[in-house]
This record gives sequence, structure tokens and C-alpha cells, in this order.
Amino acid sequence: MIELSAFDAAAAVRDGSLSSGELFEAYRARAAADRAAGEDGLNCFTWVADSAPDRAPASASGNGAPAALSGVPLAVKDLFCTAGVPSQSGSRILAGYEPPYTATVVERLTEAGTALLGKTNQDEFAMGSSNENSAFGAVLNPWDRTRVPGGSSGGSAAAVAAGLAPWALGTDTGGSIRQPASLCGIVGMKPTYGSVSRYGMIAFASSLDQAGPLTRDVRDAALLLRHMVGQDACDATSLEFPEEIALPSAERLDGVRVGVPEELSGEGIEPGVSEAFQATLARARELGAEVHDVRLPHAPHALSAYYVLAPAEASSNLARYDGVRYGLRAADADELLDMYTRTRHDGFGAEVKRRIMLGTYALSSGYYDAYYGRAQRVRTKIAEDFRAAFETVDFILTPTSPTVAFELGERTGDPLSMYLSDYCTVPMSLAGIPAISIPCGLSEGLPVGLQIAGPAFSENRLLDTAHALERALSFDGSAARA
Amino acid sequence: MARELSAVLDHIAKIGELDLDDVPPTSHVVELTGALRPDEPRPCLPRELVLAQAPAVSGEGFLVPSPQA
Repeated sequence: MIELSAFDAAAAVRDGSLSSGELFEAYRARAAADRAAGEDGLNCFTWVADSAPDRAPASASGNGAPAALSGVPLAVKDLFCTAGVPSQSGSRILAGYEPPYTATVVERLTEAGTALLGKTNQDEFAMGSSNENSAFGAVLNPWDRTRVPGGSSGGSAAAVAAGLAPWALGTDTGGSIRQPASLCGIVGMKPTYGSVSRYGMIAFASSLDQAGPLTRDVRDAALLLRHMVGQDACDATSLEFPEEIALPSAERLDGVRVGVPEELSGEGIEPGVSEAFQATLARARELGAEVHDVRLPHAPHALSAYYVLAPAEASSNLARYDGVRYGLRAADADELLDMYTRTRHDGFGAEVKRRIMLGTYALSSGYYDAYYGRAQRVRTKIAEDFRAAFETVDFILTPTSPTVAFELGERTGDPLSMYLSDYCTVPMSLAGIPAISIPCGLSEGLPVGLQIAGPAFSENRLLDTAHALERALSFDGSAARA
Repeated sequence: MARELSAVLDHIAKIGELDLDDVPPTSHVVELTGALRPDEPRPCLPRELVLAQAPAVSGEGFLVPSPQA
């Protein structure tokens, strides 16, 4: 039954051919076994449920029918607050924290019928592209255990790819859903900024963070997203999605115009990825799409702007971790400032410290205009570049990541080389537009991801385009589930 | 760490290359107005629940060491 997609599993539960309890237990056992395997496992989970929920969730209409998502288990990235269940955002500084409330998006998905399977491992405070920055240890890529699954949602991506969860929630700030989806050969989507409530998501960068689905196929991503979107009174940056998210059905791309930006698909992309990307463009043409060159002139500056803006926002968001109200407090501190500094010294990992320092510097008096002020202007230009491109094409296609999964330890000594993993995904984050990654082939046995980006609120057409390509590509991810 | 930070700052300095004089800054990608709610008190988290997570508690508050005088 773990070979079923979430959509198919939900349908089987609804028609009575599968019990939601059995389905949950099948996944729970696999997740718990991975956890128990320690160093011999993938280390996807930081917490796994002890048992299935008490009863199958019923639909809100009260007519006794199962809720839409019919008890299908869901793995949730550690940074989503889940009441009474550990939520540490991959950090020591939140050791022991069990939130008194649950994130809005998790509550909505539970009401829609999912059951919490476990919390997934991630880079600390969502800062990273390899899941090597976690206080819980690295996650391994199920395609090759000497390699990274990507990050920061590495645990969620690896769990779905390995068949330890049918689907998972992740978050994407600069690429943290799309890039691990690409490296693990699964589907991952970042919706339009504001579509999904951030209430209860332990914050990294508030103008960029967005929750999204990691799934085996595009239809599952649409199904999960449908029950995630919507305005929330607890998140002032959230908005009502203009239409219902539909399940995609497109099989052709006739009349669809796609744009390929040289800035994000040429130099810097490794040959095997480039080959798979070009082969995918050929498939798109076969399906009836028109492929055009487009320009995104400020895209080469997106990474620089991002690594000013995101750390700046993080320096503000992470100021709350001081040992006063929750989480770690350094022992034997007999003076307040000493308690603050020792708690933060002991509790934060190296990458988090780097980014807090960068961010604080970029916001400091005398440097604000040169760094933060300028980065905000670069952000305006990038958003304008996309708007201009979308006047001539419907969607923009790029490889999701410049490379396939790299080896553990390969980039940890050089932060800049790690940041370059986000080269293709960061521009869409800065512009707030939706983007999806689908697996489009293999390079030397490792998955390659295709990124499709669209204008704000184009999710339905974006999902249809992704669906048509997915069907034509027939990517087989079963090797990772063996 | 100083070396690593310097390398990152050098990369970030690339944004200094662009001519951005007439460009307005973006602080919010989506224009949203009227996101405030009416100023009416609503129930919030019960005190015991909040204090349950604290490393140290004194009466109704969080207990911390004194700042240096």
C-alpha cells in the first residue's frame, strides 16, 4: 500500500478497500524503523507518532463520510508548531520545546483529514541547502547515501522519496522545498507568497518564507495545496487565494508559451543537468509548447540580494531566542547578559551564527543603505524582470538546481559554494511568484529537477503544465523506495 | 568565521555594481492593505500553558538572573 500515491490511498480509504488505520501503521512502522536505525537510516525524522490517531477523521459536513484527505498520513517539517509535539526547527536552542499551539496550515490539513505521522529533520532554522546544518545530524539521500538530500527541507524530501511518508510539508525561503525535491527526485512546490498562512511556522525570513507540499506526483501536490491555501486572521501577510486549487488533468501543452532565461540555464549549470533540461524542452515542444528565449537581466544579482535580505530578517526573527521563555537556557549563568550570550553561543549552530552576524551588519547604522536598502531595490528590479517576461510567455523554465546531489561534506567548508545551490530558485522567492520542481531525468544515476515558474496566482495553470510534462517524462522514482 | 564572512560580503557587494537610483525598494512583494483587525480584546494563551515551557518560573512570570548593576 505504500506504492499508492496520496490521492489513490485517500480514494481507497473512501471506497473501503483500505483502512486508514492500516495505512497509517504501514508508514508509521517504516518511519519508526528509520529512526531506530540511527546511523544506518536516512535520519529523516526527529519525531514519529507512537500510534495511529484514535478514529478516522470525519468530514466537516457531519454526514459520517470520511474527510477529504481520508486519514492519509502526513510528515511535517520540524519548524511547524505542533501542540504538545517537539518543534525545534532543527536547533539545539529549542531543545525540549513543545508548543502550546499548532500552526494554522497543520490544523487545516488535520481538519481536512490528514494524520500527523512525524516531524521531519531540516537545516537549523531553515538555513541551508544540504540538511547538514541540523542539530539532529545530517539526512542522507535515498538515491545515494553518500550524498545530501538537499535542504533545508531535506528530511521531508528524503522521507517522501524513500516511501517513508506518502507526502510531506516543507517550507521554501530561497529554494528549500524545490531544491531538495530536485535532488531527491520528487515534486516540490512553493506557492505565491501570501497564499499559505505562516502562523505557527518558526520564522526564518518573514517576507520570503512559504509553506508548500513535497509529494510523489503533481496531482498529490495540488491536492495538498488545495487544503493549505487561504487567508488567516493570525497572519497579516496572508490573503485569500482567488480561486480553488484544482486537480490537474492536462496532457498536452498546445498554445502554452514557455520562456528559458539564459541567465539561469546557461553557464554554471553542470553538463548532465543541462542535457536533461534540454531533453525536457524537446518534450515540451512535442507536447505543443512554444519555447522562447527570455531575459531576466537582474537574476545574476538575486543571490547577492537574497543573502542580504534573508539574513537581515533572520537576525530580527532569531532575536527572541534568549533562554528566557522556552528552549535552551545556558546553565550557571548568574547574570542576565551572560545568560543571553551563553545561551545563544551554545544553542545556535555555525551557519545560523554566520547569518545573524551578516544580517545584523547589513542593517546597522552606516551600512543600511549600502546593503539592505540596495538589496530591496534589486528585489524590485527582479520582480519587474519577471513581470516583463510574463508579457511574452506563460511560464519560465529552468533547471531547479545547477547540480545533482553533491557529496556529504563537499560544501560545508565553503559557505559561498553552498549558497550557489540556490542560484536558480532564489529569484522566484524574491519576486514572490509560484514555482514547482518536478523530476525530469537522471544524470549519472541521480535525479535532475525541472523548475517551472509562473506569475502570481497562476497555480492552477502551473500545476496543469507540470502535470502534462510529468506524464510525458514518465520519471520512475521507485529505485529510491527499495 | 571572519574569513568566511568576508568572502560572503565580497560576493554580496556585487549589488553595488547596479545603478538603482530611481528604483523604489520592495519590502512586501504583495500589496496588502487593511490587514489590521478591530481593536477588540480576545482570549489568548492561558498563563499556565505559556509558563509550562519556561526554564524557570517565579510566581506569575519568567525567572531570570539579574542584570549586572
